[in-house]
Amino acid sequence: MNQLQNFSKGLLRENPILVLVLGTCPTLAVTTSAINGFSMGLAVTFVLAMSNMFISLLKNFISDDIRIPAFIVIIATFVTIVDLSLQAYIPSLYESLGLFIPLIVVNCIVLGRAEAFASKNDVFSSIIDGLGMGIGYAIALTVLGMLREFLGTLSIFNYKIFSGDGALMFIMAPGAFICLGFLMAIANMLVKKLK
Amino acid sequence: MQKLKSTLPNMVIVLGLIAAITSSLLALVYIVTKEPIAKVQETKLNKAISDVVPGLDRFEEYKVKSAIGEDSLTFYKAFNKDGEYIGTAVKSYDNNGFNGYIEIIVGFDENGNVIKDVPLKQGETPGLGAKMADTESHFITQWFGKNLSSFTPKVKKDGGDVDAITAATISSRAYCRAMDLAYQTYLSQKGGNQ
Repeated sequence: MNQLQNFSKGLLRENPILVLVLGTCPTLAVTTSAINGFSMGLAVTFVLAMSNMFISLLKNFISDDIRIPAFIVIIATFVTIVDLSLQAYIPSLYESLGLFIPLIVVNCIVLGRAEAFASKNDVFSSIIDGLGMGIGYAIALTVLGMLREFLGTLSIFNYKIFSGDGALMFIMAPGAFICLGFLMAIANMLVKKLK
Repeated sequence: MQKLKSTLPNMVIVLGLIAAITSSLLALVYIVTKEPIAKVQETKLNKAISDVVPGLDRFEEYKVKSAIGEDSLTFYKAFNKDGEYIGTAVKSYDNNGFNGYIEIIVGFDENGNVIKDVPLKQGETPGLGAKMADTESHFITQWFGKNLSSFTPKVKKDGGDVDAITAATISSRAYCRAMDLAYQTYLSQKGGNQ
């Protein structure tokens, strides 16, 4: 598998949200608006790429029995770095995401990539894998956020498109499930077509 | 290189090293970001205080025991350029918003009338309770100039005078309680030592 394929598999074919369905809990919670989904996606991309890189670097030192605690400590470190930096330099973003940043630690997709990919592959492929998966995650979250924000408040990225209130259900949890369900159906259709 | 074997010394050393390195990295990031974070919070608070007590030049900060709960609220006694007292900003809160904690700041003039109020922290549902963050919305501006002794700080559904945010009664109630707490505490310190 060349690096381009390695990168692009996360975008659609193995998209973490739409195809693998990993890490959906924060997904459903943060995608109430497009900007929230987008910034959460970027935060996860950073954490994924960095933790993949370090886990791949250290994979030979980490014996099998301690790999889970070791991975979690490394992931938690990067999540805390993102958390503190957002708080210091992009406070407005921190306010809307605040609660969900620490939860990236337990996002299955990060530990999943560490376990399934970074601990078996070389450093460069692991970074590419992390970036691809992260960007796929970010795209899925942004699209879901845009869809929900549009249906719920008739605006996208806080930009009012039609006046009025929209269907509030889409901002709440049930709307999140419905939108995610439709997006997954579309993504699976596309994947089948591409085959 | 061969993967390390899972022997006890190996595991202890590797985990210990990883923990030591990551914690020192975190300590470093913490030190670097500590000042900017404090600064961000301070500017935000200062802006909120001068928002709710317009014309403020300097303020004195002190704690007053809450009139209702166990905690104490922070008061900011505001003075204008000539050193005259122009009002007091009160930082108040409620723990029972739709998503828990909300924090607001209210300015009172010397007669106990609300000058202005702004929410500081809230995690309410976007599109519903989070509308309270819009400081120009009717829900926020309806308090301006009101005296809470005659303007009952309860939503109309509960027999008060406050227009609730549509479909966000729980958030509106929390906001009303925070306003009431600020007012009651303000009254208690007026009758007391200040």
